[in-house]
Amino acid sequence: MASGSGTQTSSEYISHHLTNLTFGSHPENGWGFAHGAAEAAEMGFWAINVDTMLWSIGLGVLFCWLFSKVAKTVTAGVPGNTQNFVETLIEFVEENVNSIFHHKNALIAPLALTIFVWIFLMNTMDLVPVDWIPYIASQMGIGYMKVVPTTDINATMGMALSVFGLILYYSIKMKGLGGFLGELAFQPLGKWMLPFNLFLEIVGLLAKPISLALRLFGNMYAGEMIFILIALLPFWIQWVLSVPWAIFHILVITLQAFIFMVLTIVYMAMAHEEH
Amino acid sequence: MNINLTIIGQAIAFAIFVMFCMKYVWPPITGALAERKKKIAEGLDAAERAQRDLQLAQEKAVANMRESKEQAAAIIEQANKRASQLVDEAKEQARVEAERIKHAAQAEIEQDVNRAKETLRSQVAALAVAGAEKILEKSVDKAAHAQLVDKLAAEL
Repeated sequence: MASGSGTQTSSEYISHHLTNLTFGSHPENGWGFAHGAAEAAEMGFWAINVDTMLWSIGLGVLFCWLFSKVAKTVTAGVPGNTQNFVETLIEFVEENVNSIFHHKNALIAPLALTIFVWIFLMNTMDLVPVDWIPYIASQMGIGYMKVVPTTDINATMGMALSVFGLILYYSIKMKGLGGFLGELAFQPLGKWMLPFNLFLEIVGLLAKPISLALRLFGNMYAGEMIFILIALLPFWIQWVLSVPWAIFHILVITLQAFIFMVLTIVYMAMAHEEH
Repeated sequence: MNINLTIIGQAIAFAIFVMFCMKYVWPPITGALAERKKKIAEGLDAAERAQRDLQLAQEKAVANMRESKEQAAAIIEQANKRASQLVDEAKEQARVEAERIKHAAQAEIEQDVNRAKETLRSQVAALAVAGAEKILEKSVDKAAHAQLVDKLAAEL
């Protein structure tokens, strides 16, 4: 198994697989990689999960590379295989955007495409057998390696907060600061219930990014956990469970990427509309 | 599972990827899609137009053919008419010519008859004188009787 310390209990194995490779300044040990989850927690906010950043940026670059390669040689004539594939994705996203979002904003469709493809790619890392990459990493002397960025709450929360920022930006841009605050204060029950309205609307507003982040994180974390549990079984029986779960997971990873995309479009549409 | 700087790193990466996508991926590909849509629409339009043109040309060809058939029929009819007219004219000419020839022949015959009459007349006078000489067996006064004989000849 992944750690080099010989025998390992099941709970050690599980917690090892759920620990990020964190780089930061430890109060006692100074700058360096954390040795375990507890040490990573002690580093506080000013630490960074190197594996999450590496894999997510790598996959994002893969997305940009593939799509910009097609975009460079794109032709209105007969498309090649790659172009066909990319066009299918783009038309799928465009269709969704057009059916939900009825304003003019050049950002929304590329935003939705990036979200869909990037999250899909990050989720897909879940289908790589759970021990492969951590094992290779441990052979290279890297203690922890969590390859699915979307099982890290930081990754999903980072994206959700970006979307939240866009919600606030477009709400204020389209309705004005007064209009936006008025919407928070005077709905749904009129001005005599202002504190109640404010409480309700602010909870509703904050629920958007949090639900967005936690939904994706929870689904992927649970899926990863099941894979890790299956990996604890004897190797000759693992396929009985891991194959059906992986096949089911293909649906989950696509669906979660799709949900994140659609909800982002919906939130953007809500931010643009007067209520 | 603790919140740390990764959250900001992720947000920055996200923003960069979205901007990249917005600038270098989305516009060219959707542009190509729109262009292809336009091309297909134009192609369909052109096909429809060509179909219409073809139909028009076919109708025109049929009309042309009918017209030329009519013209040909008219020409043939005219030719036939002209031919019969020519034949008639030729017949008429032949008749007139025949008439003319006949008249000329008749005139010549008449002339011949007249000339023969004249000759006969001049000879009859001499013959009558000779006959009278023979009958009287004596010389008559030629001068006295010449008037009488000429009168006789003129009566012939």
